[in-house]
Amino acid sequence: MTPHAEHHGHDAHHGHADDGHAHGTLGSYMIGFVLSVILTVIPFWLVMDGTILDKNMTAIAIMALAAVQVVVHMIFFLHMNGRAEGGWTMLSLIFTIIVVVIMLAGSLWVMYHLNTNMMPMHDPSQLP
Amino acid sequence: MPTAMIDTSTVATHPLFGRLTLESFPYHEPIVVATFVAVVLGGIALVAALSYFRLWGYLWKEWFTTVDHKRIGIMYMVLGLIMLLRGFADAIMMRLQQAIAFGGSEGYLNAHHYDQIFTAHGVIMIFFVAMPFVTGLMNYVVPLQIGARDVSFPFLNNFSFWMTVGGAVLIMVSLFVGEFARTGWLAYPPLSNIAYSPETGVDYYIWALQIAGVGTTLSGINLICTIVKMRAPGMTMMKMPVFTWTSLCTNVLIVASFPILTATLVLLSLDRYVGTNFFTNDLGGSPMMYVNLIWIWGHPEVYILILPVFGIFSEVTSTFSGKKLFGYTSMVYATVVITILSYLVWLHHFFTMGSGASVNSFFGITTMIISIPTGAKIFNWLFTMYRGRIRYELPMMWTVAFMLTFVIGGMTGVLLAVPPADFVLHNSLFLIAHFHNVIIGGVLFGLFAGIYYWWPKAFGFRLEPFWGKVSFWCWVIGFYFAFMPLYVLGLMGVTRRLRVFEDPSLQIWFQIAAFGAVLIAAGIGAFLVQIAVSVWKRRELVDRTGDPWDGRTLEWATSSPPPDYNFAFTPMIHDNDAWWDMKKRGYKRPLGGFRAIHMPSNSGTGVILAGISVVLGFALVWYIWWLAAVSFVALLAAAIHHTFNYHRDFHIPADVVVRTENERTRLLSGQV
Repeated sequence: MTPHAEHHGHDAHHGHADDGHAHGTLGSYMIGFVLSVILTVIPFWLVMDGTILDKNMTAIAIMALAAVQVVVHMIFFLHMNGRAEGGWTMLSLIFTIIVVVIMLAGSLWVMYHLNTNMMPMHDPSQLP
Repeated sequence: MPTAMIDTSTVATHPLFGRLTLESFPYHEPIVVATFVAVVLGGIALVAALSYFRLWGYLWKEWFTTVDHKRIGIMYMVLGLIMLLRGFADAIMMRLQQAIAFGGSEGYLNAHHYDQIFTAHGVIMIFFVAMPFVTGLMNYVVPLQIGARDVSFPFLNNFSFWMTVGGAVLIMVSLFVGEFARTGWLAYPPLSNIAYSPETGVDYYIWALQIAGVGTTLSGINLICTIVKMRAPGMTMMKMPVFTWTSLCTNVLIVASFPILTATLVLLSLDRYVGTNFFTNDLGGSPMMYVNLIWIWGHPEVYILILPVFGIFSEVTSTFSGKKLFGYTSMVYATVVITILSYLVWLHHFFTMGSGASVNSFFGITTMIISIPTGAKIFNWLFTMYRGRIRYELPMMWTVAFMLTFVIGGMTGVLLAVPPADFVLHNSLFLIAHFHNVIIGGVLFGLFAGIYYWWPKAFGFRLEPFWGKVSFWCWVIGFYFAFMPLYVLGLMGVTRRLRVFEDPSLQIWFQIAAFGAVLIAAGIGAFLVQIAVSVWKRRELVDRTGDPWDGRTLEWATSSPPPDYNFAFTPMIHDNDAWWDMKKRGYKRPLGGFRAIHMPSNSGTGVILAGISVVLGFALVWYIWWLAAVSFVALLAAAIHHTFNYHRDFHIPADVVVRTENERTRLLSGQV
């Protein structure tokens, strides 16, 4: 890394913080780092211990923590907030979430609905 | 019951040629051989002509390596036109086959060939005709409309174009080397899986779309960034021209939906190449998941095509009625609502796949809802025309033809949105008639309106109207002859993609449809004649003002064709119809004070990367693994090499700008 690039990372942008780009401080990066470590350790601990929650609850807990992890990354590492790039970053995030939710929820709903019009299945062992 | 598992490793592959053998060349198909001979002779003639007139250097320097959004836009249009001829050749072959294959006749196409033709027709018309045309117009017009000098990432734009060309090249190769998919244009598994399509057709399909998809996605990102970041000062979102708005929404749709297509095709290729079971019936896979995923992309794709065209109609209607667009705000909101709703209707493409009443009615209702904003647009155009001074020039004629035709297509669409009706009409010719009604009557008519409208801007002379009117009437009447019979046949229960027919009473309808296709062929011919005649008479048709239609938006403020840098000074925007507003306020062109203009430099890397991608795609299709590895490494190397290119920009010197602007001043004063 050149000295210039190193410089860029720390305080070069204090002079024009309102250029629309967000930059983190050492403190905010540390908070983000610690949070993500905690959010990673908990699922490991849940799985390795194996007795705290039953299987389904563990899976749900891991999913939930992963979702929180995504939010932590977006706030502390990707500097997502309502002001960055004049609000466009937030707008595109919201749009992405809408599309992904529609896609996932819709696909699950559709795929689990596909046997509705099937003929009733007979268990062959029950036949005379 | 488990289906037969086919291990891809059992396919005999030669270490040097993969599975490419002499039998891969369809020399036993006389139609293909004749086409091949014609293409080769035509190609030799073209190469000879280009060499004789020493045009290679010119083409390479001024066109192939250009990063100018205007030239890239024109190249997209050329690509679309060439592929239109190919796609239409497929169409008229199908029409002829269906018109004669009655009463025990097998027609003139065997099943193997016929199935490739209808697949190629769909793929080419959507991906390599409609998409390049739409992208080309957006590329050309959007930066001009927002007062920008180029797009945000000019080199990326060039690269995107060549990747689209790469996909088209791979499809054309499939005509003469091996075969194309025989699966229908969306390649549903299980038919497209290796067990049922062990040949190369589906692989050509996959890699052509993946290569072109890279280009489409990147150009979507590029145009979003351009519209968001590079608008002239004063142009707030609600002062953007409607075409720019619809382009923005279209590109948002592209960026959000093409990754789904890419991922789906990746899963299909994993099934085909390494034996995974995402879309098989074994080990928990489900072919129906493919249908679900492909339509999550496929439905937004429909709106990717139609939204920019709605923008074209808005510009044309308002210009040729001499009025501000009626209901600008409602137009914008309708566009945004369509953008969101287009993600909520995909299941209407497979109502019959087995979902129950709740799912089907949800998607039926969302489909009907989406016709509301579309209907609002129709009324906006009608009210714009109302009490306007309408000039029935060619673009306006196409617009009126669109409004009449598209409403029919829209209504049959709402009809199909009713799930019980769809159970009867699914996969019938009624559906075929419906989507051709909206794609030809909507997208294609709009593209013609756009081509005639912006042609003088791009080339500095108008298109000759007589042949344009011949083309117009042939197209419109031909469309009705070609597709209204299909509605009738569909209601009688005839399904799509049939090659031979038993019932002789149906033949007359197919003959009428074939006659329609002949009329459309005449329309395409007249369009080509029109271009030739216009080039011939370009001095009579010349446009010196840069504003031949008394336009309203900013692109008409520049000369025709615009200078490389578009605007010598970035304009200030005060109104939706920026140029109309400037004209009304007695705008004076600045005549001095020009400065050097910072511009991006041309680069050949786009051509090279896309060329290597085609080789990579070909190698993957034929299992030529060494070539795939070599070209993949070459691809990475070329991309990395490009990052060391520091000659990215240059300045157009001030005296060149002065000379260009003085020339324009001379032309403008000569006009008075």
